[in-house]
Amino acid sequence: MNLLAKNHKDNVETIASTIFLILGVINIGFVLLICVYLVIAGLPAIIKIGPIDFLFGAKWASTAAEPQFGILPFILTSIYGTAGAIVIGLPLGFFTAVYLAKIASKKVRYVIEPLIDLLAGIPSVVYGFIGMLVLVPSIRSLFSLPDGASLFAAIIVLAVMILPSIIKVSITALEAVPQEYELGSLALGANEIETYYRVVVPAAKSGIAAAVVLGVGRAIGEAMAVMMVAGNAANMPSLFESVRFLTTAVASEMSYSSGLQREALFSIALVLFVFIMMINATLNVLLKRGGVKRK
Amino acid sequence: MSDKTATSLHSGIPLPRAMYARTLKGCMLVCLSLTVALVFFLILYILIRALPHLSWEIVSTKPSYLKGTIGVLPDILNTIYLVVTALIIVLPLGVGAAIYLNEYAKSPKLVKGIEYAVETLAGIPSIIYGLVGMLFFCQFLSLQTSLLAGALTLVIMSIPVIIRTTQESLKTVPQGYREGAYGLGSARWHMIRTVVLPCCIDGIVTGCILAAGRMLGESAALLFTAGFAHALHGYIDGITSSGATLTVALYVYAKEQGEFEVAFVIAAILLVLCFITNYLAQAYGRHMKKVKG
Repeated sequence: MNLLAKNHKDNVETIASTIFLILGVINIGFVLLICVYLVIAGLPAIIKIGPIDFLFGAKWASTAAEPQFGILPFILTSIYGTAGAIVIGLPLGFFTAVYLAKIASKKVRYVIEPLIDLLAGIPSVVYGFIGMLVLVPSIRSLFSLPDGASLFAAIIVLAVMILPSIIKVSITALEAVPQEYELGSLALGANEIETYYRVVVPAAKSGIAAAVVLGVGRAIGEAMAVMMVAGNAANMPSLFESVRFLTTAVASEMSYSSGLQREALFSIALVLFVFIMMINATLNVLLKRGGVKRK
Repeated sequence: MSDKTATSLHSGIPLPRAMYARTLKGCMLVCLSLTVALVFFLILYILIRALPHLSWEIVSTKPSYLKGTIGVLPDILNTIYLVVTALIIVLPLGVGAAIYLNEYAKSPKLVKGIEYAVETLAGIPSIIYGLVGMLFFCQFLSLQTSLLAGALTLVIMSIPVIIRTTQESLKTVPQGYREGAYGLGSARWHMIRTVVLPCCIDGIVTGCILAAGRMLGESAALLFTAGFAHALHGYIDGITSSGATLTVALYVYAKEQGEFEVAFVIAAILLVLCFITNYLAQAYGRHMKKVKG
């Protein structure tokens, strides 16, 4: 009887450990599934169109009588849009992070950090919606344009959306710097501000770089908010013109696409995926060097 | 601390140094107030525009072409169905994977591989999840555009959140508990079930709240997997048919139909939900810290 019970217990243990092994490995399966599906769905169109024509073709006219599938405008728009968002969002987030991490009193942090969490949690469609109703009309009247839906509007919305991740990761990085560095600098006669910017910030360099890369990843992958404010015309990027990003190119035509056009949309997703994988690899290196955990 | 800086600025520090400090301090204050002002503007703008249109009728009815009214009840229900279904599926998957990584795994190579995979999943943009979900769940598994397909897509998307929070709270369980259980003759699974898991319930709950928050705000992944319908269904019918969640409904009403009043009401609902999930996650996190000392 005792032996039987022991056998039963052993069986349960073996089953449990097998199940957990499967649950762990299944995650690798998910990533492979996504990769394989994107490659299978995206590669044929790239081969049919020709990689050079596809990636560097300057004209996208998928529904024309003689369709042209050049995604250079989308790639450039995504790069410019992301760069613009970083240019606006980074200084804003960086200075806020230094203040919150080093100068703000506990009470101030207690009030402001939930606000930043809220900013991080607001759904992207809400950003798009507010951008559409507030930003787009004001850009139109401010710069007297025929339509305010433009790359500029998208850049501002994206800058707001990446702000919380830049702030949060930068704060973690700044707080990971050992206190001794600060004390040493203060003892040498530097004042607080000099200490923060000449000692603590350089020491937290990799972590802050990781915050930037994380922001780049968010910005380049954002679809809904951008779709609502960028105008969605397949133009070459220009600050005050209606543009289409890689993400919005996929989303805006998917519902009515067919044939080669549909395959080309999957190819765009594949290109986007390659971008994201490169950004992720950079992020991992930076996080490891900065000793900051990803949140 | 800031008082000290202010006084030291006036006590014989060379001008360039004083300027440097003052400029940077000014920059920080400007940026901080801009950020805070931005948050307040967003909250107030949404609430003020939504309040006049907020009524019991709009949240308790479905859209009616006959009466020409719009109600968001179907969208609320769809969101609940979707989040509940996705959470039920993702919970065992995520917690199980975290337990494997923390308690069972022996080969460091495999752990690295799995952790790399989880990090990759966390970085993939939602529109790509939407596409793959459409290809795999809707077409390959022929679930059509349905809330179930949307929920399964969200499952893959939110696994990293659950794994990360569970892993973090598993790490806070003292090693002594495990050794004590082993010393009393417990086997591994028995030890995990009776000693480790009860200790990290809070972490798992926090993970669920965070994951639910992400699901509530998701739209790009649902556009092609869960669809746009506004029909009123029970759970079983609802989960197998196409349905718009709050976010998707907001997008459709705002971008395609120009119904801004309803869109503002939905935005306000989403804002409140987001506030609640954030608050709960934080309160739970704080509670956990207190209990663990």
